[in-house]
Amino acid sequence: MKNCDYQQIDPKVVPTYASPSHIGTRGPRRVRRKWEVFPGKNRFYCGGRIMMAQQSGVLPLTLGLILVTTGLFFIFDCPFLVKHLSSCVPVIGAVLFVFVFITLLQTSFSDPGILPRATLEEAANVERQIDSSGNSSYRPPPRTKEVLINQQMVKLKYCFTCKMFRPPRTSHCSLCDNCVERFDHHCPWVGNCVGKRNYRFFYTFIVSLSFLTSFIFGCVSTHLAMRAQGGRGLVFALQESPGSAVELVICFFSVWSILGLSGFHTYLVASNMTTNEDIKGSWSGKSGDVATNPFSHRNVFVNCCSVLCAPLPPSLIDRRGILPVEEESAQMCHADIQLPANKNQRNMCSQGTKGLLESAALSPLLSTSCPQGKAQAALLGPERHSAADSEPSLQFSKGCRAQHSAGSQGNTSSTRHTHHKSHSKKHKQAALNISNPTCPDSAPSSKDGGHRRATFTQPLETSLCDGR
Amino acid sequence: MAETHSLQDLRQQAAVAAKVFIQRDYTNGTLCQFQTKFPSELETRIDKQQFEETVRTLNNLYAEAEKLGSQSYIEGCLACLTAYTIFLCMETHYEKVLKKIAKYIQEQNDKVYAPRGLLLTDPIERGLRVIEITIFEDRSLTQ
Repeated sequence: MKNCDYQQIDPKVVPTYASPSHIGTRGPRRVRRKWEVFPGKNRFYCGGRIMMAQQSGVLPLTLGLILVTTGLFFIFDCPFLVKHLSSCVPVIGAVLFVFVFITLLQTSFSDPGILPRATLEEAANVERQIDSSGNSSYRPPPRTKEVLINQQMVKLKYCFTCKMFRPPRTSHCSLCDNCVERFDHHCPWVGNCVGKRNYRFFYTFIVSLSFLTSFIFGCVSTHLAMRAQGGRGLVFALQESPGSAVELVICFFSVWSILGLSGFHTYLVASNMTTNEDIKGSWSGKSGDVATNPFSHRNVFVNCCSVLCAPLPPSLIDRRGILPVEEESAQMCHADIQLPANKNQRNMCSQGTKGLLESAALSPLLSTSCPQGKAQAALLGPERHSAADSEPSLQFSKGCRAQHSAGSQGNTSSTRHTHHKSHSKKHKQAALNISNPTCPDSAPSSKDGGHRRATFTQPLETSLCDGR
Repeated sequence: MAETHSLQDLRQQAAVAAKVFIQRDYTNGTLCQFQTKFPSELETRIDKQQFEETVRTLNNLYAEAEKLGSQSYIEGCLACLTAYTIFLCMETHYEKVLKKIAKYIQEQNDKVYAPRGLLLTDPIERGLRVIEITIFEDRSLTQ
């Protein structure tokens, strides 16, 4: 299992016009692809064709439950029902199972609609525009920008990790550390974010799963009822077909939650809303503004078609694109001069992109996201894993919704979270006698976001102490 | 993505003076549209009409890619019936239009922008966030 090895990109050699022919002339060098240097916390397999979140969540459990239940169904119930009822029972079961399995894999393994992070020049351009409207001293870009969408004011937030103003309906997933377009939620059952590109796969998955569980539940009940006929009793029937008991239990508990989830998402599709917007109440007008959903087509049929039948947008992250050669050589240098550069990395992180460009001459190592944050996030993996895992167990019957609220909490606090990281780094820098401007938004960061940030604090401190 | 156009080899000899970014226009929702406002840095290099025409054509092409018509509905329903496995075999409508867009941008670069010392970068390489226009130093480079 290959994990992403995050590498830095040298900004001095902006790789816009390199031709692949150069790769051959420079001697024997393995062709590297863009997924290998992807800054988000994702895992890639099969040469970048398959991608998942860093933690698989409970995907193995989901797969296991589906396979076990369907397997028991075919072994225990189908022979009896084919003989006594109809031979199309296993056919229907097989079709539903294939649908469920394929759409689950598609949801888990595809790009949910990740927005690639802004290039250095873009980020500097944004900051320059904001600086030019204000005073000459550096301050971080304002966090929101208002745009008029279908005669309604919508706020666009600035993402400090991706260094850009997020398009509408885009949210930053703190678990995957990516901005995802039309972000719905991060689903631990599927082990991936659900966004613009894989929402239709997710919706088909839960609808076909609700059909499958209802179908199996119905068949098992019929089977046991038929066996218990003639006064022989349910216990006798269960003794004859023990697998049916397992199926009955699994299906009974899952059918309600899956049906509920399907119903909820059908409502979201019909009103062209995302789970994230529904939970945050973006269009419910609770803030007192006259807020209707500006993205809704005001017609249920058109909404459904636009969400489920619209042309599938392409993946924007170009996972299998070949990495230009200049970036490769920069990464070779990076390996040699890792340690002394780290100090400058931390310094640059808090100064922002403007400082990065100005001090480009001092250090060859820059990236559009906080390099220290990435390394720490990798170390924080276990902590986040425990935080993410605790949520599903708390509200088992509510399925994905548990993670929705945690996810959205994480999203709303993501910008503060990034600030918090750089704020903690500030303490370390003070110790190292590197001066650094204050992060202005640190004050409100202590309020919400709860335990998630608490779990980050200690590992952050310890990871920084690890002699980096 | 690396490009092998001969224009790029020429461009490697010229120095980059500045980069202009044309941002997205969200007034019609999340459709991919770019602002047609003429940036001040390009005033000396290209005329407004030409620039606006390029951006408007690009906007029309992106609108065509994302259009909700009967064809996209049929494609969507068919895809749903096959559990979306046809996406693995078939090129989607969006990808077909993206190829058209790439061709259009290359053609514009050859005919209009390169002679003026400018270069358009395909927005797909910037995650459909911006149209990046690179301004090269004016060393009277002629094609």
